[in-house]
Amino acid sequence: MYKLTNVKKDYQKGRGVVHALQGVDLTIDDGEWLAIQGPTGHGKSTLLQMLGGLDRPTSGSIQFGDPVSGGDLAQLRETQVTKVRAESIGFIFQTFNLIPTLTAQENVEVALVPLRVPAAERRQRAAAALADLGLADRARHLPSELSGGQQQRVAIARALVKEPKVLLADEPTGNLDEGTRDEIIGLLEKMWRDHHLTLVLVTHDSTVARRAQRLGIMKNGKLSIKQDTRSQAASAPGAGLQAGSLG
Amino acid sequence: MFFTYLGRELRRRARQASIIAIGLALGIGLVITVTALSSGVKNAQGEVLHSLYGQDTDITVTKAPTFGSFSAGGSTRFRFGGTGSGTRPKAGTKVTIDNLTSTGLSSLSAADVTSAAKLTNVAAAAGGLTLTDTKDSITIPSSTSGGGGFGGGGGGGGFGNFHPPTTMTVDGVDVSGNAAALGPLSSAKLASGRTLAASDSNSDVVLLDSNYATSNKLKVGSTVTIAKTSFKVVGLVSQAASSNPPDAFIPLARAQALGTASGKSLKGDVNTIYVAANSAQNITGVSKELSALLPKTTVTNQNDLAKQLTGSVASASSLANNLGKWLAIAVLAAAFLLASLLTTAAVSRRVREFGTLKALGWNSRRVVGQVVGEAITIGIIGGAVGVGLGFLGSALVGHFSSSLTASLGSDTGSATPGGARFFGGGGGGFPGGGGGGFPGGGSGVNRFRSALANNSPTIHVHLTPTISGGAIAAAVVLAIAGGLIAGGFGGWRAARLRPAAALARVE
Repeated sequence: MYKLTNVKKDYQKGRGVVHALQGVDLTIDDGEWLAIQGPTGHGKSTLLQMLGGLDRPTSGSIQFGDPVSGGDLAQLRETQVTKVRAESIGFIFQTFNLIPTLTAQENVEVALVPLRVPAAERRQRAAAALADLGLADRARHLPSELSGGQQQRVAIARALVKEPKVLLADEPTGNLDEGTRDEIIGLLEKMWRDHHLTLVLVTHDSTVARRAQRLGIMKNGKLSIKQDTRSQAASAPGAGLQAGSLG
Repeated sequence: MFFTYLGRELRRRARQASIIAIGLALGIGLVITVTALSSGVKNAQGEVLHSLYGQDTDITVTKAPTFGSFSAGGSTRFRFGGTGSGTRPKAGTKVTIDNLTSTGLSSLSAADVTSAAKLTNVAAAAGGLTLTDTKDSITIPSSTSGGGGFGGGGGGGGFGNFHPPTTMTVDGVDVSGNAAALGPLSSAKLASGRTLAASDSNSDVVLLDSNYATSNKLKVGSTVTIAKTSFKVVGLVSQAASSNPPDAFIPLARAQALGTASGKSLKGDVNTIYVAANSAQNITGVSKELSALLPKTTVTNQNDLAKQLTGSVASASSLANNLGKWLAIAVLAAAFLLASLLTTAAVSRRVREFGTLKALGWNSRRVVGQVVGEAITIGIIGGAVGVGLGFLGSALVGHFSSSLTASLGSDTGSATPGGARFFGGGGGGFPGGGGGGFPGGGSGVNRFRSALANNSPTIHVHLTPTISGGAIAAAVVLAIAGGLIAGGFGGWRAARLRPAAALARVE
């Protein structure tokens, strides 16, 4: 799904330059679950933004998709990158990032608007996505009327409703308590398996990271792979963690 | 989704949206009120000015008399007999004088009227005569200082029992075709009887001013003598007293046949040409063409007279056009600025939200469209409230304003050099006689020029602010423009957001 070649990202900060990514080389296969761990400020989120086309690297290439239908996210025009995000990439954020004035259902529908899905179909797909995540009875509630775990489930529904190829999650359990964290991670694992997604999850939580097939460590802008269990049976979840109930 | 998101967002920041809308409403309301006030003042001015020279007349052409064209001077001479030095009637003879004369204006020919009508952008032209009918009867005294003429009003040559002559101002009007719509008769309202028709062109019929008729106990069907000719009263008209209206209207051809100027017949002549331009925009151009066509004449249009208006109507006009206009512009500019600042601030507070939308695949155009849509909606709400405030403001101005006054100044292109003046009447006559003159004959000067004299009456008009469809359309445009400007600033801010930077912001 991805091939990153010598990707670098520098930021101007005052009089100095911050080297957020220092030549990252990475290949992510279709259907793979990659977790990226590391201390704060070492480039995890920056790498995720590169994968999502939310920002451009200073140098290097980010090949997305197959060589025929895909493209280098670093070279594509803004409109083309936006189209890739709309069609193929789902995002989950630490702070949920739901639109506060829209209901749960409308927040999920928002992801289908760029795809010009007719209104009736949008409503039907959004309702189905929420129902899959056990939130059918919360469809008309505003985010302020939902718990943290429910809000993150709405965000997951929003990410999945467009049937993306890739799901990028930036600290999805960072704002949740332990019980809810387990629930959400279990849910993400289920979605990854059921939808054959490529899942890249950034976390500082080792418990979460160990559940992935592959674990990369970001340190000082460089990525090293610590764990690779792709050759093992991929269906086994991490020890001690079960997919939580959806209630 | 667009309208759902828009409506929810405006509800969320209802207070801010209200402030923006109220600001725009105040600006737009002020613009409408000032526009309505200007329109009302213009109508008041028009009411004053049209009463002077007719509803559809835009330009008048007159010609100042040349020096020495009248027999008035230091004295008047009374002559007897056809040759001007005829025999003095016997003492005790009662002599009746009834002369219809043009004084204060030189004659223009019918050909000048035709030439004026043929100019580009002239819708119609008509000639008219402003005349004075002077009546008097004197008894020849018994003593004399010799034959020939007498010095008027002096020494032993004076007349016994001298009393001032009676005068009646008479307008000769062209009642044929389009010409009937021009001139002072066009602004007169028929009070009884009928008006003059094209078929009356050579008839001895007269329209009387209703006040004159009342004063002289005349009515429809009565008979009036003008230049020793009996005219039948066919109608009474009411006219604005401010316009110094004539006492009577007779067909132009009859006025030309009976009237004289400096002892000469007025056949084929007029002393005022009334011209209508085919549009308000062409009045100035037509005025210039007329000046070029008839170089020795005085061409006056509505704009010239409007500049001479004094009184509170002129003050109101100045207030509306200067202070009012600039105040409205300043308030509107402030409202636009406030709307832009608040909209940009709102966008800044929604950086993470817009960053999320972009991450979900919303392109910049869709995000900007949402921001602009919200701003335009607030603008439309402000515009609607502004129109309401405009109607309210106009109604309050109309209700509480006292009537305006207007007078005309004395120094404006008067046909009489140096201002309107009274000249001795010409063309008077004794039985069998030709020339002669009377001291201080009635005012034969052009009516509106006489109104330009220092002692012109003060006219009262009520101010009625008028809101036109154009003003409301302008309000709608301003409202949308306000929304677009505010939305443009906010949208520009939103469009520049890079999703990664937006998502990195901590709120």
